[in-house]
Amino acid sequence: MAQTFKEALSSGKFVVTSEVGPPKGTNIEQMLHHIDILKDKVDAINVTDHQSSMMRFPSLGGCLYIKERGGEPILQMTCRDRNQLALQADLLLAYTRGIRNVLCLTGDAVVVGDHKEAAGVFELDSSQLLRAIRQLESGKDLGGNELDGAVEFCAGAIVTPEARPIEPQLIKFEKKVEAGAEFFQTQAIYDLDNFSRFMEFARKFPVKILAGIVLLTSARMAKYMTENVPGIFVPQALIDEMASAPKGEAVKKGIGIAGRMIASLKKEAVCDGVHIMAIGREEVVPDILAVAGL
Amino acid sequence: MKSITKQKSLEEIQQQLEGLSRVYIIGCGTCTTTTRTGGKEEVLAMKERLQGLGKIVTGSTVIPTACDEMTEMSVRENNQAIQNANCILVMTCALGVQKVGSYLTKPVVPALDTLFIGLEDSPGNFHEVCAQCGHCVIGWTAGICPITACHKHLLNGPCGGTNNGKCEVDKTKDCAWTLIYQRLKEQGRLHLMRKYQPIRNSQVVPRPRMVTIS
Repeated sequence: MAQTFKEALSSGKFVVTSEVGPPKGTNIEQMLHHIDILKDKVDAINVTDHQSSMMRFPSLGGCLYIKERGGEPILQMTCRDRNQLALQADLLLAYTRGIRNVLCLTGDAVVVGDHKEAAGVFELDSSQLLRAIRQLESGKDLGGNELDGAVEFCAGAIVTPEARPIEPQLIKFEKKVEAGAEFFQTQAIYDLDNFSRFMEFARKFPVKILAGIVLLTSARMAKYMTENVPGIFVPQALIDEMASAPKGEAVKKGIGIAGRMIASLKKEAVCDGVHIMAIGREEVVPDILAVAGL
Repeated sequence: MKSITKQKSLEEIQQQLEGLSRVYIIGCGTCTTTTRTGGKEEVLAMKERLQGLGKIVTGSTVIPTACDEMTEMSVRENNQAIQNANCILVMTCALGVQKVGSYLTKPVVPALDTLFIGLEDSPGNFHEVCAQCGHCVIGWTAGICPITACHKHLLNGPCGGTNNGKCEVDKTKDCAWTLIYQRLKEQGRLHLMRKYQPIRNSQVVPRPRMVTIS
């Protein structure tokens, strides 16, 4: 990319990020293919960190490949698997390899993943990780010791505009801002009215907000998410719209919905950009952007 | 305070007792009696199950509180039956197992798994309220311990897995931070939730934990 993610955020343009999921195993072909599709189409690419607590190739490894291929990576970093020492060490490595963006997450619980008896670390939470980054930037580690060479990151976090109740989520959002978050990528949003209400609150803070867009691939998936995934609410009208798709054209319908939502967010300047999660169908992200007019 | 325990499977007990044919059984009159995992009835039932496996049970007793100093006396009183056994199967929490073991050279074998220290909410329903982390934070969190009640022991508010007041790991479990939020709000003290809580000290008392109170 011609400009860094941080420059894109401050440029005033409508920022677009997307993400890739590393493989379970050493066959990285598909991940590389997805990186190549996305790297010139979006401002930055997140790499998920053992998403849903499923053991995979590391986020840091995926970010290195994005750098190698000329893209701008966002290192997703959860607090689930590493203690203070390991988190800091990975940040040092990331910095020396030119990775400049970190998304700080608490991480899913271990028990929802595929290593159900493993230990969940969670020594830090997302706001503490943000502060840890700021501390490393000051030239000191979390033990208060001098670093021989500091780091500098554009650090971000996530927020769930559909959380119920919403107030605890907003309090945590503020704590993340105070901890140094510069940008937020939101959990998937589908109800634009509710998201606009969240944005009225979020606009009071000096941070950039990228709305989370998860591609709907079927009415069943939409219904499943709204019933089972915390913080995701798909309005019935959208579920019905997905159900109305002719056989074999549900993904096309989902692409249309995602593109339409993005276009609307941009046109009405609701937020600063979008984060598109195609969950394994990264090859359709350019189609979504085309529908959105981007 | 209660030590909450669960009986191990007979299969695991049998594996631990391999090569040990003569068994003395000890239960506890306090926690494991309440949880019905190592009281008088369970000790007698265990005796029958062991006999069913072809073991000889040389005797049994239920110590009033297996983790206190009276245990030594109880072990001495039953000296003969204990001497006649190859091992002691202990149906107490791990505190009792180790207390019994400290007075004997014979092997002690736990019949139970110690799950947590908990409170009884209603008959038969126990829940953990303290993880004994060494630095109590509940003055900031409306008296609810987030180290214990939150699956990820988060100190600065809920994670994204909170869902209508429930936890992402189990829809039947309350989200600790929703409870903390509600109670602080009721108390008019929501500002406490906005206070940043630093990374907790994992080494307040480094393991093995010991203190001397003079």
